[in-house]
Amino acid sequence: MTPANESELAEVIAGAQGPLRIVGGGTRGFGPDGGGEALHISALTGISLYEPGALTIVAGAGTPLAEVEAALAQGGQRLPFEVPDFRGLLGRDGVSTIGGVVAVNASGPRRIQAGACRDSLIGVRFVDGAGTILKNGGRVMKNVTGYDLVKLMAGSYGSLGVLTEVACKVLPRPEAEATLISGPLDGEAAVAAMSAALGSPFEVTGAGYVGGRVRLRIEGMAGSVAYRTGQLTKLMGAWDVVTDADSAALWAALRDVSDFAGQAGAVWRVSVKPSDMPGVLALLQDAQVMCDWGGGLIWAQVPDFGDAQAIPLRAHIANIGGHASLMRAGADTYAQVPAFHPEAPSVAALTAALRAKFDPRGILNPGRMG
Amino acid sequence: MEMPKIDASIVARKPAIVAALLQVLPPDAVIYDEIEVRAYECDALTAYKCPPLVAVLPRTTAEVAAVLRICHQMGVPVVPRGSGTSLAGGALPTGDCVILGVARMNDVLETDYPNRYIRVQSGRTNLSVTGAVESDGFFYAPDPSSQLACAIAGNIAMNSGGAHCLKYGVTTNNLLGVTMVQMDGTILEIGGAHLDAGGLDLLGVICGSEGQLGVVTEATLRILPKPEGARPVLIGFNSNEVAGECVSDIIKAGILPVAIEFMDRPCIEATEAFAKAGYPKCEALLIVEVEGSRAEIDEQLALIVAIARRHNPVEVREAADDDQAKRIWLGRKSAFGAMGQINDYMCLDGTIPVSSLPYVLRRIGEFSKHYGLDVANVFHAGDGNMHPLILYDANKPGDLELCEAFGADVLRLCVEVGGCLTGEHGVGIEKRDLMKVQFAPEDMEAQLMVKDVFDPKWLLNPAKVFPLDVTASRRA
Repeated sequence: MTPANESELAEVIAGAQGPLRIVGGGTRGFGPDGGGEALHISALTGISLYEPGALTIVAGAGTPLAEVEAALAQGGQRLPFEVPDFRGLLGRDGVSTIGGVVAVNASGPRRIQAGACRDSLIGVRFVDGAGTILKNGGRVMKNVTGYDLVKLMAGSYGSLGVLTEVACKVLPRPEAEATLISGPLDGEAAVAAMSAALGSPFEVTGAGYVGGRVRLRIEGMAGSVAYRTGQLTKLMGAWDVVTDADSAALWAALRDVSDFAGQAGAVWRVSVKPSDMPGVLALLQDAQVMCDWGGGLIWAQVPDFGDAQAIPLRAHIANIGGHASLMRAGADTYAQVPAFHPEAPSVAALTAALRAKFDPRGILNPGRMG
Repeated sequence: MEMPKIDASIVARKPAIVAALLQVLPPDAVIYDEIEVRAYECDALTAYKCPPLVAVLPRTTAEVAAVLRICHQMGVPVVPRGSGTSLAGGALPTGDCVILGVARMNDVLETDYPNRYIRVQSGRTNLSVTGAVESDGFFYAPDPSSQLACAIAGNIAMNSGGAHCLKYGVTTNNLLGVTMVQMDGTILEIGGAHLDAGGLDLLGVICGSEGQLGVVTEATLRILPKPEGARPVLIGFNSNEVAGECVSDIIKAGILPVAIEFMDRPCIEATEAFAKAGYPKCEALLIVEVEGSRAEIDEQLALIVAIARRHNPVEVREAADDDQAKRIWLGRKSAFGAMGQINDYMCLDGTIPVSSLPYVLRRIGEFSKHYGLDVANVFHAGDGNMHPLILYDANKPGDLELCEAFGADVLRLCVEVGGCLTGEHGVGIEKRDLMKVQFAPEDMEAQLMVKDVFDPKWLLNPAKVFPLDVTASRRA
């Protein structure tokens, strides 16, 4: 089903007889879905408002991400949170939509400096599981009126409601960028280097650890980027420096986890505090890794058999804090491993109760988040 | 302002409630003397006062849980309180409630520079969070103007902002995790030192829920390295419209100042008389601050000044040194104090799309004439968060009501142009009855459903945020 507008969508949901599988562009969902009839939001398109002077854009949830990014580029701006493209990683070929981006809280390397998707999201319209059209937040970036359901909707994977429109805060597109690249470093030294850089006043907007080397990104006005490159070199030593398009390509590859595209292994996405990164790497066996967020985000590709090391990994994380999502695996693996990190019982109870309120019949992407 | 009828059956059980609380708290943490509880009769919205039945000052999460369990069992409403600096009446008691103050819970629990966070008890004041890390070159970014006194607990409850949130975001963007106690005494850990939620973003809805979902006892906060330096420029204009256009042009040029503050003529004149900061005589004044190294600041300020000059400013004053920078900020920082010298005032907090600024200021001027009350405008122009200060005389019968009607008109106007009732202060009781202006019944119901989940008996801060008639059946 592809409702033509929000009110049609509301009718479809209100009249649904069974589970619905909500599809933006079909480029980001992971884990086994609960089946159900496909409900496409691809007709809910269009940028209804873009005010560069107010750093604000509002678009229908089905608007292609590329259309949003092109409009912002025209205004010399961009989405702050550096949206990843997981089509290669997940083996998909759809057209990513802004609603899908929000539904999964898709956030790339700049998350450590500019915040996640949820931090830029300032308003939503959505249809809940009863078919009621709801809105929360708005088009202004400072708004504490009532509860913040905007954040709750970001990353809810369609399980509380179907997004129909989203409003985002945007930021200026910088005129220059540069990346400093270290020599070979072990995990401990890598985290120490990234922490030192992120603890400096030089506004590092990306800190990753790929192929045994640390990379640090700075962005801004050309003069400022040159200055900060110099200051970081003083701090770190004489690392290699690449600029502009070469720098951007490096970060796009980490953002999209492109090292693991087209490969066979299971892929974990692990969020921990940066200093816990070496411990997680030591725990995983036969793993290839790409680390982002100063060490706080670990992408690990492991052999896809058994539980893909879920038991030791999640037990370790239960001790140190964080979460691990199984982003890619075969059906046999998913049959025994929940894709989303299991929550503590008290939190799981709240989560289940919220879902029961917003989707009393349990028809919106049932089982998607576990 | 209407408050719910005091439940006489709760008041009648006061001795039993006090006795139960004394079972779980030391004697000095339970305040029930009728004179002593008056210390908690209001917050910074001093127009409204009501002594609570009892006030408690626990020191630990376990004590908070014990208090809440007792109140839950005995059916006693609880109003959480940070430092009592709410301008919206968020901590205003009812006569049948227990005030749960976190002021004695102010320890730093953990400071972690490599991972860039600090974990504190929630009663710690905002400025003392920065105080705990600044000698090591870090700071906590949200900076509400009450930061010397306000508690992190209240900041989280109201999702507080500040002057520098254009660059650094508000509380929700700097909060990594909380320990929170639900009304039934359940202790929850949400988030932590890692980034983002593994499931639903409960932290996102807890932040800004005005103490209605739980009592936050500990918080993990993101800390940032201090910038190398910061410097403001002051720009005066002969019209509000032109000042507004200049703000928009600065942002469109790709510059992201840390702050863009706006003051109109009444505000400039009042602060000038009070603080003598040497501001130019003009209709509108901007203070734009940028950060970085000396060279980076020079580069950004040169661009800003070039844009400003295209708008025929009355004056452009760059700070050559720290002393001049302080003088530029002096008037702005004294604005509220200056208004307080002139009269009683009510500070509004609506947000508008920046493009509506000239229209909204013109309409506020018209309201001012209609109501016969003066108004001064000072606000965060970069994000459209307005702070009109309406002057009134608390001793003059009817003046407060006139002022409230004026304020309500301004907030309706904010919603009408696409903005909202409150940008950083919260709804509390002050804007509670205007919620229907911003939210359709179903949009409000969706929020009430969230409270139903966290606090099914509706005992936590129940008379706030939502209009009383909307919540009546749930509070019954």
